[in-house]
Amino acid sequence: MPGLACSSAPPTPHAARGRDFTMSFASARPLRPDRPPDRRARLYRFGALFGAGFRRWSTYRQAALAGLFTNVVFGVMIYSLLRALADDGRRPGGYDTTQLATYVWVGQGILSVVHVWSWNELADRVRSGDVTADLLRPIDPFEAFLAADLGRAAYAVLARMVVPILAGGLMFTLYIPHRLHTVPLFVLSLTLGTVLSFALRYLVNLGAFWLLDARGLSAVWLLASGVFAGTFFPLRFLPEWAQAVLWFGTPFPGLFQIPLDVLVERPGPAQQIGSVVLQLVWVAILIPLVSRVQRAATDRLVIQGG
Amino acid sequence: MIDTATETMIETDTMIEVRDLRKEFTIKRKIGRVRRETRTVSAVDGVELSIARGEMVGYIGPNGAGKSTTLKMMTGILTPTSGHIRVCGLEPVPRRRRLARRIGVVFGQRSQLWWDLPLRESFRLLGAVYTVPRAEHEARLKRCRAMLELDEFMDTPVRQLSLGQRMRGEITAALLHGPDVLFLDEPTIGLDVVSKQSLRAFLAEIGAGGEVTTVLTTHDLADIEHLCRRLIVIDRGCVVHDGTLEALHARYGSRRRVVVDLDEAREPDVRMPGVAVEGVEADGRRITFALDGVPAGELIARIARDGGLRDVSVREPTIEEVVARLYRQ
Repeated sequence: MPGLACSSAPPTPHAARGRDFTMSFASARPLRPDRPPDRRARLYRFGALFGAGFRRWSTYRQAALAGLFTNVVFGVMIYSLLRALADDGRRPGGYDTTQLATYVWVGQGILSVVHVWSWNELADRVRSGDVTADLLRPIDPFEAFLAADLGRAAYAVLARMVVPILAGGLMFTLYIPHRLHTVPLFVLSLTLGTVLSFALRYLVNLGAFWLLDARGLSAVWLLASGVFAGTFFPLRFLPEWAQAVLWFGTPFPGLFQIPLDVLVERPGPAQQIGSVVLQLVWVAILIPLVSRVQRAATDRLVIQGG
Repeated sequence: MIDTATETMIETDTMIEVRDLRKEFTIKRKIGRVRRETRTVSAVDGVELSIARGEMVGYIGPNGAGKSTTLKMMTGILTPTSGHIRVCGLEPVPRRRRLARRIGVVFGQRSQLWWDLPLRESFRLLGAVYTVPRAEHEARLKRCRAMLELDEFMDTPVRQLSLGQRMRGEITAALLHGPDVLFLDEPTIGLDVVSKQSLRAFLAEIGAGGEVTTVLTTHDLADIEHLCRRLIVIDRGCVVHDGTLEALHARYGSRRRVVVDLDEAREPDVRMPGVAVEGVEADGRRITFALDGVPAGELIARIARDGGLRDVSVREPTIEEVVARLYRQ
């Protein structure tokens, strides 16, 4: 910084110049009563954080490529297994072969959109103490992280979802939806699935405020989201009682199984819409829950010290 | 709930008011298989201070003195055990999010920037997060870019910035929403001499206007010497000094030194009150005197009268010296 070095210490405060300079820093109206930002400002803020999440992930192109390769390989493997179950005209879980192909290939595509894997960003920030920077901002950390995660998901739609679907479409016959509302309903359901997944991942991370190390919790999450959301196999392969427990007792089918069932039109039209309503109900339950746990977590932090 | 009366109270010029602030931590220690001993440790023990608008105050103390704990309580990320704090008229913890719009915070060892994104993006995001009107945001950013010479790395991802570059970015980030109070926790830590000097020059410019109130903690006392008229020293959770640097020197008897080089070894006749011989070198031809309230001229005149004086130098007491003495007490 050659130019700056010249004006180096000891600085003799240049009153007039200094005043002129700082006027633009200090707020113009001293000690004004702060109003919370209006709806437009909040929307703009959410959009900006969303965009940041999108761009942030778009910088890791090689990781996206490697992930794509894995998706395609796993797509072939899983579909071959499931296809064997559907031999002789059988319909495992009530799916025909095109529905199964779509379940598998679109499933590979939305895996990284919904992001059912582990996510430790918040827990890491708690452990390193960087979380204080999040608390020192005039925004609810959950809102800020959610916006960024939805941005990440939007990037994943482009980078991780399109290719597996095309690959699957080239190799196998996919199911083409018949109902008009299916595609928009799928988009909504996928968005809700992402929000649900994020809320659960965030909840797991909040555990770090108590445990400091959320890796144990994270492992439990990883197993639960894998098995109970339907990423390893469609939940409809399970006995009915187990399905009932999972659908109505846990939010997990909402992450993965519901968006895919909506797309392949596995349930009738009423049930198709009903399952999206179920996702909405889980969102309505989880978001206030996350808020409460977050408040307890911050209280704990601010009382006991980081 | 906080009544509005307490908040309007600070329509005066007091930006930070702290009274009888205490923070105790309980520490659990295992003694035996099951038994645990609970011990209470007092990190901040009755701190009192009041900082007016536009002041730039140095807040120093040895490691573990309670500096960061106080700063955390003032910014609302730590709840006091007892006592009264108002920053910009707000009680920090319950009003943390509202206070966040009024203050800028730089923790030298933490980052508030987005690691994976270019600096330019981080600034744009901060503008959105703080909902700063665009024109205001642009004007402040323009100033910072010019003064801190940010342009050469505005498009570099933060993770690739050098420490000095990142710190310039951090300071900008803390100023973009036009805070009334700026908290700087060791902003020059780890920086090289040139970066330190330019950062100080920038902070001095900001301080000179008297609009932004600044609290600066540091272990680099040169920061304080260059920037702060007022110095608050904290030790073991208590304020042990609050005043100017000169007052600190006066109070702790910092002594100026006069070093004289003589033509030949001899013992000058300087039996004056307040003058002590501190060292003799070069076979008695170089003598160091420590002065306690005596003008250096008087001593030099006395020695010169006897003749044979070759050279004289006067050494001012350093802040390090007085602070080290203060910490030891």
